[in-house]
Amino acid sequence: MENAELESILASHGHRPSELLATLQDIQGNENWLPRESLAHVAAGLNVPLSRVYGMATFFSSFSLKPRGKHVCTICMGTACHVRGAQRLVEHVEREHGIGPGETTADLRLTLETVNCVGACAMGPLAIIDGEYHGQLSTQTLGRLLKKLKG
Amino acid sequence: MADEKCNVVEFKVQGQICQGTLGESLLSALRRHGFEVPSLCFHEAVSSYGACRLCLVEVKKGRRSKLTTSCNYPVQEGLEVQLDTDEVVRHRRIVLQLLLAAAPAAKAVRDLAARYGIEETPFVPRPEEDCIQCGLCIRICEAVGVNALGFAGRGVSKHATTPYEETSAACVGCGACADVCPTGCVKVVDADGFRTIERWHLKVPLTLCKTCGRGFAPEVHLTRMAGQAKLEIAHLANCPKCRGRAFAAEFRLP
Repeated sequence: MENAELESILASHGHRPSELLATLQDIQGNENWLPRESLAHVAAGLNVPLSRVYGMATFFSSFSLKPRGKHVCTICMGTACHVRGAQRLVEHVEREHGIGPGETTADLRLTLETVNCVGACAMGPLAIIDGEYHGQLSTQTLGRLLKKLKG
Repeated sequence: MADEKCNVVEFKVQGQICQGTLGESLLSALRRHGFEVPSLCFHEAVSSYGACRLCLVEVKKGRRSKLTTSCNYPVQEGLEVQLDTDEVVRHRRIVLQLLLAAAPAAKAVRDLAARYGIEETPFVPRPEEDCIQCGLCIRICEAVGVNALGFAGRGVSKHATTPYEETSAACVGCGACADVCPTGCVKVVDADGFRTIERWHLKVPLTLCKTCGRGFAPEVHLTRMAGQAKLEIAHLANCPKCRGRAFAAEFRLP
């Protein structure tokens, strides 16, 4: 991440240590992950110990300290989705793309994630691909959707 | 003086009247009065955290009584405190079983558990673990002003560590964390001219005492101390023992 870009994020939160969480969310939003240099920059910029920044970054599962793919596929593993075969969707991605939950393909194209219910149980089994909800999925539909992803 | 008096509160411990100052933790006040309350994560020098849950007491305020950790409970006027009631001991035993599962390799935990007659835990133990995640090392590091340590992760994977689980640039190797660690899981080893704190992935060279030649403190730590105390670094060229000896010599009668 460019330093200028980081500075503008810090400035948008007024360099306030109390807005560390929001600052990290913005970086995660821009980059899809939290690069090490960015965290060091944030710590110095907000005058917050790096240990605190690291603690916060590792506490929330929505933050990632590893590069994530350009596209993120989140599969719901809640009870309703589970009984309707969410596990088969995960296995499909594992087979086709060689990545398990929490992992990213080597070409940084796709990240697979699982979540324990998104509250859309009537749609299950369900996957969220780049923020878009797709319900009543079969392995074929999921495969088609993932293939259609650009770049 | 009058002000000070206003800050004094009176409360009862097992019928005995005790005094405390406003803002003081119940545990400090209890110990000051000679009552024995077990705890692992409490230290006077830093803020209470209520992590080990061992300092449980029964507190009665008005007509309601409840179990609470005394380390982070402020003393108040008119409290009635009971120490080792059946209820307190029952809960403390559960806490000890949990601690015994969390850190079975910690002797302090095993000893304390044995005092309550607990040798085994019904919970799934983490073998080899000797840290109870009380965060005292983190709190003391913050108090020292270094802030090299913090918690990482959450839930079962929460643990005290340095950023990225590697040598911290902030750590000066002062060893305060090891001093306060209740289970002794943070170990400082001074050997062959180096100070090693394996848990924090630290290995720094020791400054040698000008008089006895023994390595006694990491250079970064001495520089920091000299800066804080506004002292010339030369004042810290001797180890504490030799410094004391030199100082005492000035007072010796001829």
